[in-house]
Amino acid sequence: MSLVCVFGTSLLLFCIGLIGILTRRNIIIVLLSIELMLTACNISFVAGSRLVSNIDGEIIVLFTIAISAAEAALGLSLAILWARLTGTTDIDSISLLRG
Amino acid sequence: MGILSLLIFLPVIGSIVLLFLPKEKEYHIRAIAFAFTIVTLFTGIRTLILFDSSLAGFQLVEIKEWIPNLGAKYHLGIDGISILLVLLTVFLSPICVLASSAITKSVKSFHISLLLLETAMLGVFLSLDVLLFYIFWEFMLIPMAIFIGIWGSGNRIYAAIKFFLFTMAGSVFLLFGLIALYIIHYKHTGILSLYLPDFYNTHSHLGKLFFLFISFGFAIKVPLWPFHTWLPDAHTEAPTAGSVILAGILLKMGVYGFLRIAIPVFPEESQYFAPYILGLSIIGIIFGGLVAMKQSDVKRLVAYSSVSHLGFVMLGVFSFNLQGITGSIIQMINHGINTGLLFLLVGMIYERRHTREIADINGLAVSMPRYSSIFVITTLASMALPGTNGFIGEFLCLVGGFKYNPLSGFLASLGVIVSAMYLLLVNQKVIFGRPTGNNVNLKDLSIREWIVLVPLVSFIFLIGLYPLPFIKLIETTILEYVK
Amino acid sequence: MECLSHPALVLLFPLTGILWNTFFGFKFKKYAGYIASGMIFLSFLISTILFFHHSQSNVVWTKDLYTWIRVGNLDISISFLIDPLSIVMLLVVTSVSLVVHIYSIGYMKEDEGFVRFFIYLNLFVLSMLLLVSANNFLMMFIGWECVGLCSYLLIGFWYKERAPVFAGKKAFIVNRIGDFGFLCGIILIFLNFGVLDFITVSQHVNNINPVIITVICFLLFLGCIGKSAQIPLYIWLPDAMEGPTPVSALIHAATMVTAGVYLVARCNFLFGLSPCAMNLVAITGVLTAFFSATIAITNTDMKRILAYSTISQLGYMFFACGIGAYSAGIFHLATHAFFKGLLFLAAGSVMHSLSGELNIFKMGNLSKYTPYTFWTFIIAGLAISGFPGLSGFFSKDKILISAFSSGKYLLWLSGLFTAYITAFYIFRMIMLIFFTTERFDREKRQHTHESPYIMTIPLIILALLSIIAGYIPIPEYLSRVLPEPSFVLPSSTKHLLELLSVVVCLAGIVTAFLIYQKNIISSSRIKQKFLKLYTLLFNKYYVDEFYDELIVKPVNRFSLEFKNKIDDLLIDGLFVNGSGLVIKLTGLLTNLMQTGYIRHYVLFILAGMIIILVIIL
Repeated sequence: MSLVCVFGTSLLLFCIGLIGILTRRNIIIVLLSIELMLTACNISFVAGSRLVSNIDGEIIVLFTIAISAAEAALGLSLAILWARLTGTTDIDSISLLRG
Repeated sequence: MGILSLLIFLPVIGSIVLLFLPKEKEYHIRAIAFAFTIVTLFTGIRTLILFDSSLAGFQLVEIKEWIPNLGAKYHLGIDGISILLVLLTVFLSPICVLASSAITKSVKSFHISLLLLETAMLGVFLSLDVLLFYIFWEFMLIPMAIFIGIWGSGNRIYAAIKFFLFTMAGSVFLLFGLIALYIIHYKHTGILSLYLPDFYNTHSHLGKLFFLFISFGFAIKVPLWPFHTWLPDAHTEAPTAGSVILAGILLKMGVYGFLRIAIPVFPEESQYFAPYILGLSIIGIIFGGLVAMKQSDVKRLVAYSSVSHLGFVMLGVFSFNLQGITGSIIQMINHGINTGLLFLLVGMIYERRHTREIADINGLAVSMPRYSSIFVITTLASMALPGTNGFIGEFLCLVGGFKYNPLSGFLASLGVIVSAMYLLLVNQKVIFGRPTGNNVNLKDLSIREWIVLVPLVSFIFLIGLYPLPFIKLIETTILEYVK
Repeated sequence: MECLSHPALVLLFPLTGILWNTFFGFKFKKYAGYIASGMIFLSFLISTILFFHHSQSNVVWTKDLYTWIRVGNLDISISFLIDPLSIVMLLVVTSVSLVVHIYSIGYMKEDEGFVRFFIYLNLFVLSMLLLVSANNFLMMFIGWECVGLCSYLLIGFWYKERAPVFAGKKAFIVNRIGDFGFLCGIILIFLNFGVLDFITVSQHVNNINPVIITVICFLLFLGCIGKSAQIPLYIWLPDAMEGPTPVSALIHAATMVTAGVYLVARCNFLFGLSPCAMNLVAITGVLTAFFSATIAITNTDMKRILAYSTISQLGYMFFACGIGAYSAGIFHLATHAFFKGLLFLAAGSVMHSLSGELNIFKMGNLSKYTPYTFWTFIIAGLAISGFPGLSGFFSKDKILISAFSSGKYLLWLSGLFTAYITAFYIFRMIMLIFFTTERFDREKRQHTHESPYIMTIPLIILALLSIIAGYIPIPEYLSRVLPEPSFVLPSSTKHLLELLSVVVCLAGIVTAFLIYQKNIISSSRIKQKFLKLYTLLFNKYYVDEFYDELIVKPVNRFSLEFKNKIDDLLIDGLFVNGSGLVIKLTGLLTNLMQTGYIRHYVLFILAGMIIILVIIL
């Protein structure tokens, strides 16, 4: 399996995540899409690490996984709070930062 | 610690002391603030005694390392140009504390602001280091804007923001100019220095631009016509003490900046731009007066009279001769006293009547005869009647103006007529006539108000009849300066 | 004697009076008038001592008090100049002031501003004495402006009323126009001569470019025009009659308004070098004398008639100075001070007895009720008309003779004609006040009475002075310092001219007598015949209206427009708030991007990334 394939997969995954964020309206799905994008990043990190035979990339991936777990937990809890508060999980209902 | 540092930091110490007082103890707060301003006044007098008027350069100099990497030093000094302004500052501050008895909203913060303001003003006049100067210059904006914004009247937020942004805009250009000077000096000599006299006689092919930058910052503060429109708003909305300090001292910082920085740093450029600046001053003198005549608010009228008076000061400064510059410094002091008095007097009537509309106030000579006599004396001094202080300054400025260019002096002299027009109009409408409505039963001056007014009034006559000591104090420095 | 002859003492006493009455006067209200008068009496005494002391030594004295301003070569002392000119002025000022002060004790007795009145009066005397004894231009300017201030305060003395305050303001502002000229003149003198004291300036006057001298003279004369109410700035003086009558007598007849004449005489060394300025002075003087005399013919207000008469007589004095007869001008100044002061005080006495009536058509036959006032009024009237033997005759005649001998016949003729008009309008007034039938209200008749002694005795003193002043050799005394016109007339011509003046004076009196007493010539028929001229004169040539339309209203309108359009709209509106608005609008526009939807933000990020990528690749 060539590295191109791995990077291609990562890019594909990232784009799927991006399109997910842009098009889906459910908060949970948006969060899932973000996870997808993070995973895409992780894949390219590992691949890159292998490419330059340096372990740094893999270390960063470990950090990212930890942080993304925390982020997912925080994101989900916020989503649940918002759902309880307003009864909806529609992301367009949150526009409090409108100027 | 030198006496100049003491002068600058005494009010700060006062404000720190005030911090520890509970804010309910208003009487104590006032008393302590007053005590600290009085001590500062005495320190100022002590400075005057230590000051040797026969020497030209900076005296009582204090130097300490501050930021060696930038070449910034804690550098203070005093000379003939600043001594009278310093004295005016320490003289007006206790008067402002006394005149603020009508302030009842957050008394503690008010007095802390007042003391910090005094420090900032003294700092501006005493700093010889450009960075220090600029810090004090900017710092002064904060308490003043707070003054207007919190203790002002009516449209105070608008006035405070306008004042802040307007002067801030000027300061930004000033900062550009100062940084440019710093870099030019570094390129020429390879030494990092922020000592002001090091910048004197800077030559640069962009000199004209930098002169304009710096002048813009100062011109807004003066305020030179047409950069004056912040002044009427700020004056009108500010509390009495704020107006007094604004008119009495803040405006002088612009002129002081011209005298201390703009002109000596760019002598050729200032010669080049002098006709334009003189033109603006003359417009200010005449049209400021005419516009003053058409104001319906007493405070706005006095504010516009400031524009007119400061026009005379700028005329004196930009005539570049001994009489003109001496006159301009004397005129600055006079303006501080006369306009300060006018604002105090207007403030007193505002406390009684809660209006500043000329149309609402009338016949005070009947209901408040003593107040009225002081008011008339002040307006007369303000219109430069010989024998009062206003005349000395105005005459010297005019002599300077005539010497520089007879036409400019001639045109500026028309201000003599205009000032009579608007000031007599106030007298006619506010003081004379039969009182109606609420103007009938007004209390005449109280003892506290007498204490506020008498020192200022006595200076009207002192400078008017025997100005020689004041002139002697600054003469040597200016002789050297003119060279 | 030596120590008493310091000129500062002359000033010290009125100053003491001011201070005393300011701080203690309200406690000892009764004595305020006596203290003020006493101080003026002491000043008068010192002036007399100065006169005797000085006439022995016969030189020009200067006494320095202290240095006032010294900046570089601008060195101005408070110092006094004592020479015959200033001594004459000192004596005239102190004597008339003394009389007026005493008179005022009676006249102002009932007034609530009694003490204030005497403070102002003393302040006036102080300023006037400062003016006439000054050794340099700038010190003279102090007095010059301060007498203007006192005039302002005293015209507006009854400040509760609208008219006096307005008149005071008008007087001050018109005076300020003159002062503007004077101030510019002073500064030009300083710039060209380097000094400001009279003696040094007079010594260096020949080294200066005559054009500059002419400019300086014009500017100084502008000051004189303002202060001495000449065309075109005379408009304030008639309105100044709103003040108390003693003030009109002292300030607006005898002393302050003559300051301009004094200035021209004092600066004879400057004016003498500028024929152009001299002509201007003479022509202005004659024109003013003539025109204001014609206005006086139709006026019905007693004090205003006297005011126009004052303007006219001041015109005479300028006329004299303009043809180089300075001593004649000052001589007329002195005699005029006595008889015009007397006329005003007597007019005040008339008002006093008729409870403030001013319209001469509502008086009549007063000679029955007020004998002292009547006789003194007659003496003053004869004096101002130039009746032989009285002071006015000598001084006026001297002016006319000088005019004739200088060869300016046209000016002389108009001067002579003015003398005729003067005699006519004064006696018209006298006829209407003291003779003819009683035209005042019945209830007033019961109150009609002669004034108390404290008012009549000053009248008598002034009447005596009006008679004898002509015999005092003032011109000869003044000729020690003032240049005399060089032309001499043969004595036969002189006598002929004197005779002519007498005839003119008598003709004026007789005309008034015939019209108003005997009704041989009907005044109403004359009025009908020259209706247009009459309305023109009655409305004072519409000068006030003219100035109102031409200057006052445009200035007001311009200021308002300037305030609204330039200051508020253009500078504050467009530039200041406009720039604020621009920033606000920019903020609003960028605000549109802040939708609050995460999707939009992500899209922006994506777009930004793509743009960056495009740029990089």
